[in-house]
Amino acid sequence: MATAVHGPGKITELEPFAPGHRACSGCGEALAVRLAAKAIGNNAIIVNATGCMEVVASPFPYTSWRIPWIHTLFENAAAVASGAEAGLKSMEKKGKRPKRNTKIVAFAGDGGTSDIGLQALSGALERGHDFVYICLDNEAYMNTGIQRSSATPYGASTTTSPAGKESLGQITWKKNMPAIATAHDIPYVATACPSYHRDLMKKVTKALETPGAAYIHILSACPTGWRCPTDDAIKVGRLAVRTGIFPLYEVENGQYKLSLSLTKLEPVENYLKTQGRFRHLTESTIKEIQERVTREYNKLVELSGKAGGEASSE
Amino acid sequence: MAKREGLEVSVAVGDAAMLSDVDVVSAYPITPQTHIVEHLAELVANGELNAAYIPVESEHSAMSACVGASAVGARTFTATAAQGLELMHEVLYVASAMRYPMVMTVANRALSAPISIWGDHSDVMAVRDTGWIQIFVENGQEAVDNVICGFRIGEDKRVLLPVMVHLDGFALTHVIEPIELPEKKDVDRFLPPFKYPLPLDPEKPVTMGSLGSPFIYTEVKWAQEINLEKAKDVVLEIWQEFGKAFGRTYSPIEQYQTDGAKVLLLTMGSYSETAMVAIDKMRGDGKEVGLLKLRLWRPFPYEELREAVKDIDVLIVLDRAVSFGGPGGPVCSEIKSALYAEKKRPQVIGFVGGLGGRDISMAGFEEMIERGIEIARTGSEREFEIYGVRE
Repeated sequence: MATAVHGPGKITELEPFAPGHRACSGCGEALAVRLAAKAIGNNAIIVNATGCMEVVASPFPYTSWRIPWIHTLFENAAAVASGAEAGLKSMEKKGKRPKRNTKIVAFAGDGGTSDIGLQALSGALERGHDFVYICLDNEAYMNTGIQRSSATPYGASTTTSPAGKESLGQITWKKNMPAIATAHDIPYVATACPSYHRDLMKKVTKALETPGAAYIHILSACPTGWRCPTDDAIKVGRLAVRTGIFPLYEVENGQYKLSLSLTKLEPVENYLKTQGRFRHLTESTIKEIQERVTREYNKLVELSGKAGGEASSE
Repeated sequence: MAKREGLEVSVAVGDAAMLSDVDVVSAYPITPQTHIVEHLAELVANGELNAAYIPVESEHSAMSACVGASAVGARTFTATAAQGLELMHEVLYVASAMRYPMVMTVANRALSAPISIWGDHSDVMAVRDTGWIQIFVENGQEAVDNVICGFRIGEDKRVLLPVMVHLDGFALTHVIEPIELPEKKDVDRFLPPFKYPLPLDPEKPVTMGSLGSPFIYTEVKWAQEINLEKAKDVVLEIWQEFGKAFGRTYSPIEQYQTDGAKVLLLTMGSYSETAMVAIDKMRGDGKEVGLLKLRLWRPFPYEELREAVKDIDVLIVLDRAVSFGGPGGPVCSEIKSALYAEKKRPQVIGFVGGLGGRDISMAGFEEMIERGIEIARTGSEREFEIYGVRE
């Protein structure tokens, strides 16, 4: 029998996403899903796009999901979620299903969100379905072998944006998905990272409680694809946040709010040097990245109206 | 007693979905399907139909949303045509393999390029192998009846499959025909509420759409095939039951003027109506010709086809799609293969015609049949001939 542990602020022992899945060791994305699932609880339906989390969690006859879960295709998670939400609503209205306030949550990777699934997502956000869409961003098509996506950061070497004599790797800047989601005028958009687990869970809870469409963009380190040690996902994620490369913030009804009080950003180099995918970068490229990150972070500060939000535990 | 009235077929199809008490309609507009979904949107807006109408941003999402709605146990309807059906393509396989009953009417239309909004069957033929039950209708009444039957068939626990009802774009969708809309209470009696056996429900969690490794994929596909084959008996049973309830009975292959005929023409969809007139004329001229109307396209009615042609000499098949670089039209090709092992079989002559809205008149059918008889006697240089083309 398990010993009950009590303590203030103890995280729920509920695990809708069960242990025993087949993710690579040190996977930051599986951790993000586990934390999100804890916040989601049992009264929910999960719609999963094709990708790492679908593959590692559902090899027939096994499943990691203790709550209802559906996967169909790569680019349509938002559309399937739309149908599930509308179906539930309609049946509840007609008395064909009891009203239980069941939540609909869609998970998709960065490719499934910012590339192939962007249209379906835009449609679902615009229509304002009452659901939460969570993008699990590990910055490339990791499931198929580390190919670049539009979420891959500038300078990263991937299998389809390899660094070489004529190329520094990815030559485009990371697509700003949270801004695209925000442009749909939905009531809640947030960024999160499993390195800040309480912040992540709090945002998922908030998104679930928000009526209408909500979007959460979670940066989850992929040691396999980012070429870093398997016990570094938390550290790397934290550096992404502390360098301003991946700032944590919320946009509630259009109002930006930074989640962390960072009086000073760490140099981006501290983040870049933790990963093999940036190994080839020259000083001048790092400088270019630094300038861009500082500029983008300052924009966020300006949008938020102040330099930092309330301190959030790490 | 339901009364017969003049209705645009698209409107009647929308009414049939309403009479079937659908919970969700998810659709993207495309000519010539538009009047169906416009009418449904109107019915929802006016409160006549208590359903969620999802105005999705593409057909890919239309079908995906249908899948999501069906997975939570909602009775789901959509309609599309041509490019829309093609954009749905990969989702169609998912809907059938994951066993989601739903009904989709396809306003059959030609595929681009060149862009053509007019009717033929090239859209259908491209989704032939998607695992859906597929029914062709030849008039508005059949469309209405088969939307209602479609739900009953698809939702039957022995079936649990999605159903496509094919009706020719414009030739059917945009015409006003005398149609008898069944009474709601009669439809309610014929079509009980949908109870999906294992919907997505937190009270009873299920995992849908697992990864199928090589050790299980073949078994899944085999089960799917057996299930679709067996669905034929259920289709026949439900058509019979519908006949008893509403006085109109359907069959997989309908025979017209086949008594004593040595030559039969086989058509699908609305062209069967014109073909019947041509057959009447030729019969009047003393020619031993008749017509087969193929209604059930999937699962393919092998027994009924073999039975229908066992005593004839020539079977002329009209395809409204081209299987490029192949043996001719896909329907003709399947019919040849269905008859190949028969000891006594007719000569099967293939024509392709009626592409992109090109009409085939009564005289045209007569000409086609005569040419078919001639080919049967003298042979042709080609595997199939295209009817009415300017060279």
